[in-house]
Amino acid sequence: MPIIKDGAIVTDTWHHLADDEPVSAAPCTVSLARWKREKSELAAHGGALGLRLSGDDRVEDFAGELDQFPLVVVEFPSMGDGRGFSIARLLRERYDYRGELRARGAFIPDQVFYLRRVGFNAFEFTYDANLQTALPLLNEFSVTYQAAADEPLPLYRRCAR
Amino acid sequence: MYQYDQYDQRLVDERVAQFRSQTRRFLQGELSEDQFRPLRLMNGLYLQRHAPMLRVAIPYGVLSSRQLHKLAEIARRYDKSVAHFTTRQNIQFNWPRLEDVPDILAELATVQMHAIQTSGNCIRNVTSDPLAGVCPDEIEDPRPYCEIIRQWSTLHPEFSYLPRKFKIAVSGARKDRAATQVHDIGLQMVENETGETGFEVLVGGGLGRTPIIGQTIRPFLAKTDLLSYLEAILRVYNRFGRRDNKYKARIKILLKETGIEDFTRRVEAEWVQIRQRLVLDTGEIERVKRHFTAPDYKTVAGPGPDAQAAADPRFAVWLRNNTTPHKIPGYRAVFLSLKACGVPPGDIADTQLDAVADLAERYSFGEVRATHTQNLVFADVHQDDLHELWQRLDSIGLATPNIGKATDMICCPGLDYCSLANASSISVAEDIYSRIDDLDYLHDLGDLRINISGCMNGCAHQSVGHIGILGVDKKGEEWYQLTLGGSSSNDASLGERLGPAIDKAHVAEAVETILQTYIELRQDGESFLDTVRRLGINPFQERVYAHH
Repeated sequence: MPIIKDGAIVTDTWHHLADDEPVSAAPCTVSLARWKREKSELAAHGGALGLRLSGDDRVEDFAGELDQFPLVVVEFPSMGDGRGFSIARLLRERYDYRGELRARGAFIPDQVFYLRRVGFNAFEFTYDANLQTALPLLNEFSVTYQAAADEPLPLYRRCAR
Repeated sequence: MYQYDQYDQRLVDERVAQFRSQTRRFLQGELSEDQFRPLRLMNGLYLQRHAPMLRVAIPYGVLSSRQLHKLAEIARRYDKSVAHFTTRQNIQFNWPRLEDVPDILAELATVQMHAIQTSGNCIRNVTSDPLAGVCPDEIEDPRPYCEIIRQWSTLHPEFSYLPRKFKIAVSGARKDRAATQVHDIGLQMVENETGETGFEVLVGGGLGRTPIIGQTIRPFLAKTDLLSYLEAILRVYNRFGRRDNKYKARIKILLKETGIEDFTRRVEAEWVQIRQRLVLDTGEIERVKRHFTAPDYKTVAGPGPDAQAAADPRFAVWLRNNTTPHKIPGYRAVFLSLKACGVPPGDIADTQLDAVADLAERYSFGEVRATHTQNLVFADVHQDDLHELWQRLDSIGLATPNIGKATDMICCPGLDYCSLANASSISVAEDIYSRIDDLDYLHDLGDLRINISGCMNGCAHQSVGHIGILGVDKKGEEWYQLTLGGSSSNDASLGERLGPAIDKAHVAEAVETILQTYIELRQDGESFLDTVRRLGINPFQERVYAHH
């Protein structure tokens, strides 16, 4: 399925493994719970491995191991569940995660501006969303008051006001 | 007052364009009802019983004459020539068409106004003391900090999809006129031992279904740490606040379930991590402060209003009840009562809005404030203008001399307009009003706050009313639960339930009985609240239920 990544519509090469699904050599993501359980087996599978987080997962508990994942996916079970926004900022700003950070779930195109600001660079809608609509919304506002993952300084320190 | 610079204006303009596109996509079926709901709510738009309702932000209650004229124009063009001031210093229009809302927002943007985050599960319009900057008991003017918080919270990328709505109030005076103890975060300006001013931070207050008084989690916060500390509280709430049940999703429930020690520890631990990254520079504080400098006060005091008051008893009553001392000698702050008999509390006609704008221009440096008790304030009126101003206010029905008195009721729109309501509130307020609408009686009753909500969401703050009235639905009939002894001031407390709910036909009578009982039992000029606190609710209970 196509996703948005780094401001463009691209084909997704990752497969999101269910917790009971056998691992293949293709790039795949696993839930944090599965990764904790099967760390050594998963490390041996040879292909690229990504990590999937839910809002309940505490980033603090595995922050030291983030570097090994080229992709971290944060799940959004609904558009109203905003925990992922805090998780993203922690990953980027506190734990300095530099890989692909992907929002995945039932969020809507109108949220991608906020999601980009907290550090997501990839967007995977789990329903038939219009990616062409979403693309320009990444930069919907030209003014941002706050510091966030995309911008280390608040407006008052960036601009002479 | 604060004037937008190019950044503020551009953001508001871009917000209009955004909502125009969202509304179009909703009407074309591209956005579902469920997807559009949070988007429209974050622009203050509710789909209501009869028609949409649009809530426009009045940041910390401050309005210019120009803005008032624009609101009057909107009321005329898009509503039925009426607008409604709310208990959070905002203003609502009850009859706009959904298709027109983007145009209304565009009109608002031309006078530096918007409806951003006046609803939804986000940080709402910050509220404050309507006497900010002019009251004699002020430690520091809270408005610059309110504006700084407004900007910080506007389109906050991390905190726009919180578990539930989030309300912040700031008070800079010794007397709390901003109800800081019943907000998600209350900021009370204080002075520390070294004479530095900062904030006492309260968290977890709130009204609604589960009314709770806020608790202090930090007795002193330096101003430069304001934003990092707010961000720490919000992050803890966003991550750990409950999302499984909307009635348990406010921060007050998180605080209660976590316990204040553990909650405070989490906030402080988060704060330590971000404190250095998000410093509120003194330069920025100074920049914003320059927008709130004192107007050009006259230094020569004239004869004052005493002789006019002696000659005109109606003016004298108004002067006593509707004006209040000012920090500058020769000036007073004047309350415009939106609680005239027969008018829904907080309602104002388009013609009145225009007249108020002109009067503000003439008598109060072109500025008006909205209060959380649903009245208006001219903050800077010279004492020699008071009599003339009173005459003009009287002629447009805004000089009812009842500020802080029994007929100055806080009242939500209730069943007549609101889709959440279980019972009407305006008609109950009218019933009560008609029973106590005698000036001598009103004066004799003294300071009294009667708050009436049409459902347990509690928009009219009934749990902190001296007398609180809550509408409930009992098998399709409207019944009312009474509470006594609440307050939202420094001595904040929640009212105690009087007894079983009372049917609509007998509510006003019950209130009258309560007031009679007070008059009989009070000692030496004791206020209603003090009498209830001294005696408890029993004597009132006995009298009210004896009749039923």
